[in-house]
Amino acid sequence: MARVVVDVMPKPEILDPQGQAVARALPRLGFDGVSDVRQGKHFELEVDDSVDDETLARIAEGFLSNPVVEDFVVRRVQA
Amino acid sequence: MIDTVDNATATPEQEQPFRELGLKDDEYARIREILGRRPTDAELAMYSVMWSEHCSYKSSKVHWKHWSANTTPEMKAKMLAGIGENAGVVEIGDGWAVTFKLESHNHPSYVEPYQGAATGVGGIVRDIMAMGARPLAVMDPLRFGAPDHPDTKRVLPGVVAGIGGYGNCLGLPNIGGEVVFDSSYQGNPLVNALCVGAMRTEDLHLAHASGTGNKVILFGARTGLDGIGGVSVLASETFSGDEGGTGRKKLPAVQVGDPFTEKVLIECCLELFAEGIVVGIQDLGGAGLSCATSELASAGDGGMHVQLDRVPLRATGMTPAEILSSESQERMCAVVKPSDVDAFMRVCAKWDVIATEIGEVTEGDRLIITWHGETVVDVPPRTVAHEGPMYERPIERPDYQDALQANGPEQLARPSTPDELRAEVLRMAASPNLASRRWVTEQYDRYVRGGTVLAQPSDSGMIRVDEETGRGVALATDCNGRFVKLDPYTGTQLALAEAYRNVAVSGATPLAVTNCLNFGSPEDPAVMWQFEQAVRGLAEGCKELGIPVTGGNVSFYNQTGTTAIHPTPVVGVLGVIDDVRRRIPTGIGAEAGETLLLLGETHDEFGGSEWAHVAHDHLGGLPPKVDLARERLIGEILVAGSRDGMVSAAHDLSDGGLAQTLVEACLIGEVGARVVLDPDQDPFVQLFSESAGRVLVAVPRSEELRFTEMCTARGLPWRRTGVVDPESQSLEIQGIGDLPLAELREAWEGTLPALFG
Amino acid sequence: MRIGAVTFPGTLDDSDTIRAIKASGAEAVALWHGDADLKGVDAVILPGGFSYGDYLRAGAIARFAPVMGEIITAARGGLPVLGICNGFQVLCEAGLLPGALLRNAGLHFVCRDQWLKVENNATAWSSRYEAGAEIIIPIKNMDGRFAAPKSVVDELEGEGRVVFRYAGLNPNGSTDDIAGISDPTGRIVGLMPHPEHAIDALTGPSDDGLGMFLSVLDSVVAA
Repeated sequence: MARVVVDVMPKPEILDPQGQAVARALPRLGFDGVSDVRQGKHFELEVDDSVDDETLARIAEGFLSNPVVEDFVVRRVQA
Repeated sequence: MIDTVDNATATPEQEQPFRELGLKDDEYARIREILGRRPTDAELAMYSVMWSEHCSYKSSKVHWKHWSANTTPEMKAKMLAGIGENAGVVEIGDGWAVTFKLESHNHPSYVEPYQGAATGVGGIVRDIMAMGARPLAVMDPLRFGAPDHPDTKRVLPGVVAGIGGYGNCLGLPNIGGEVVFDSSYQGNPLVNALCVGAMRTEDLHLAHASGTGNKVILFGARTGLDGIGGVSVLASETFSGDEGGTGRKKLPAVQVGDPFTEKVLIECCLELFAEGIVVGIQDLGGAGLSCATSELASAGDGGMHVQLDRVPLRATGMTPAEILSSESQERMCAVVKPSDVDAFMRVCAKWDVIATEIGEVTEGDRLIITWHGETVVDVPPRTVAHEGPMYERPIERPDYQDALQANGPEQLARPSTPDELRAEVLRMAASPNLASRRWVTEQYDRYVRGGTVLAQPSDSGMIRVDEETGRGVALATDCNGRFVKLDPYTGTQLALAEAYRNVAVSGATPLAVTNCLNFGSPEDPAVMWQFEQAVRGLAEGCKELGIPVTGGNVSFYNQTGTTAIHPTPVVGVLGVIDDVRRRIPTGIGAEAGETLLLLGETHDEFGGSEWAHVAHDHLGGLPPKVDLARERLIGEILVAGSRDGMVSAAHDLSDGGLAQTLVEACLIGEVGARVVLDPDQDPFVQLFSESAGRVLVAVPRSEELRFTEMCTARGLPWRRTGVVDPESQSLEIQGIGDLPLAELREAWEGTLPALFG
Repeated sequence: MRIGAVTFPGTLDDSDTIRAIKASGAEAVALWHGDADLKGVDAVILPGGFSYGDYLRAGAIARFAPVMGEIITAARGGLPVLGICNGFQVLCEAGLLPGALLRNAGLHFVCRDQWLKVENNATAWSSRYEAGAEIIIPIKNMDGRFAAPKSVVDELEGEGRVVFRYAGLNPNGSTDDIAGISDPTGRIVGLMPHPEHAIDALTGPSDDGLGMFLSVLDSVVAA
């Protein structure tokens, strides 16, 4: 078994209204110096050793993310 | 290196990627002729996007002559603004004007269903705001491929969630629409969006940039790389790269909507309108700033100078061409007197809306756009916005039309025994096109703003406009693409007749028409024949009904390979009701002791019917006959009946015929009924034929004689067809059997949840 | 009698709430999120909507608005406060009510006419109903599933602080069918369904919602 982390983020050129709303709220709450916020999704998968990287990429690209508007990164965090 | 006008003049022979941007050789040549030089990159971007089919209506415009030729002075009298403005405006009384428009967002919704549908709602709402109106409600006519196709399971839930996600967050009630399945839409789902808004008649704002020295203010969201080139027909073939020499990689044509920003923008605009500090206003939709600046400038009486480097950006390194083409959502452009700029900025600041003075109205007649002091655009704005190419595309009735019409439904096996007919009622009620739309409409807020009087599953949506007097409007959209395929002229008139009837059964008087004409490729002569027939059918039909077409939208290229969708001219009808308290509901049983009357005549008409589709997957023959004088008469009788309290419920007969109308009237009213069919006519034909011009009404027994005498006196055939039975929990059709409401409800409501979860 | 209705950026049902307050016979006072001023109102309603687009979490950003500081102080001093839908979410985020509202179990936005059972008619916002009465008012939300640690739910149930419970089908998977709760004093109430959309059978399923707006008038007079 291994733990695999998939982070899904809106593509840089795609509008991220959620991140913008957080970014705009921070100065109002007295937190200065944060110029931008982007909000994405973080998945943790417990995966059998038999699942190869190519399969993980297919899971991430075809299901966990929407490749039209999102990028993803797959990481194995535990051997 | 930014391509300036000076540079363009100095390098006349530089090659330009005009074909990649969708321009034809002769179109490019014309741009050079207009400018007397080659266009700059920025100018090329503007012309290419504004001269696209989507923005310029270059294939359809030539057929607009049918609208004007069929609009009488009486029809014109109620129109405050018509075709050519952002949306048509009609006067409804009590000092109110109402504006409404339908628009397509088909292709983006196929690429990314959620965002495509969401931004479709956002765009149509801004169109209504650009008329100075407060948006009141939205509705969405939708068409998808086969319900059990895997791609439909991807597209439909995304589209519905996108419409709900945007519209609900925006705070506009969704009061109706359509969901239609047909495999002809498999690769080309249709996502049309309608918005209706209201204003006091004196507050009408048109998109004009008048008054030298007035300031041009861009307000709303920042400008990013959204949907660059997305409005050109081939939205997937966007700028291929080096357009501005920056080597930017191919970008997705998808735009992401931010309904929260749009909601704030609406409130901000309404406050600006109320303060009276807006001279002209224009929304930024397809073609973004290219469209807004050229349309504002060409509609005004002067020129315009825009400093493009002032536009607040979301992405770094954007070129002038990219900024002009960006389709970033939730932006508006206003023209404001210099003395009002401070007040304008104060209102925007209150709502946390970014507002930037980007230019001013100038003397002369040029639209000049500069980038850090250098001129990148210098054009006559009308040549961009209004004087684009116009094509007279070849038209030819397709070879297959005769064979299609000859292949009538007469040979199809029909159910005949009571058991078969009973089973057919249930099968039809559960079929995807007739089943309850609740799975969809429950995802839409129909209550917000507190003015919704009727919404799905009623025949039309109704909104109260004036809380004091109770004046309101009713809206319905309709189109049976199969009817249009069989006979585009008649099929379009049937769509008009059904939308008209759906408004009339609510007790409202039909007043105006809008449309969204969804067709295949205009380069196919057969498609253009369908289109020409449809436009002529609609225009001539409207003349006969005495209600004007106030606006419309055309969506071409809805086809996969050489296979086009069924021609789908969606027709929207707006009606007015002086007091919404006298609305006619759809469900029967509101009053104790009601008689059911069937108005109109039933013929053996099954060409293009839902029964032929469900039972035999058959499409052929001729659609039902249309009699618009009859439709008008039915409308007048329903309004009179509603005014005098003679009608307690009404439901139109359309897809699925009388059987489906009875099922829905019982299930919505939650009461049973006993129905007696005409012994002199085939029960199958009576139950399932889709003859037009028919309505089922429930009248209180005490009013029955008065109502039927009115029908007889005015020449409207009617037949006493049953009684409402509040004690019974079933629909009993004499000679066929008993259909318990629980069994009907399970059939009717189970289908969409089973398909889409 | 003056009752305030707060508008945050993205609030949607403020005009409906004001209409309902007027229908109850009270004076409606519009309160702006950016003003730390309650204008001397006798009670406050936080209407529904999507304040700040529901981004981050429903109610999470609105809860820090200047007007909320005043409301939190006044509510702790006994000012009756009603949170409807997004307003309920804001009250939970602000710590005036326990628990949180999570994504509906069906993962869809749900808009339907909902039957509710009045479990507690001793609060400032429910006194006009008979105990055990069933009322029908619209529900419409994406994040309406009430959730809280078991100890909190036990406390709410034990102290009779579940004010409204879904009757019939639970629309969102809410714990114990909870639709609305109160603070220990019964003066702060939050609920997901929308009483302001049920003040007239012309535009809603019933006029059952008016009872909440009338109840608070009694409580203010009594206090």
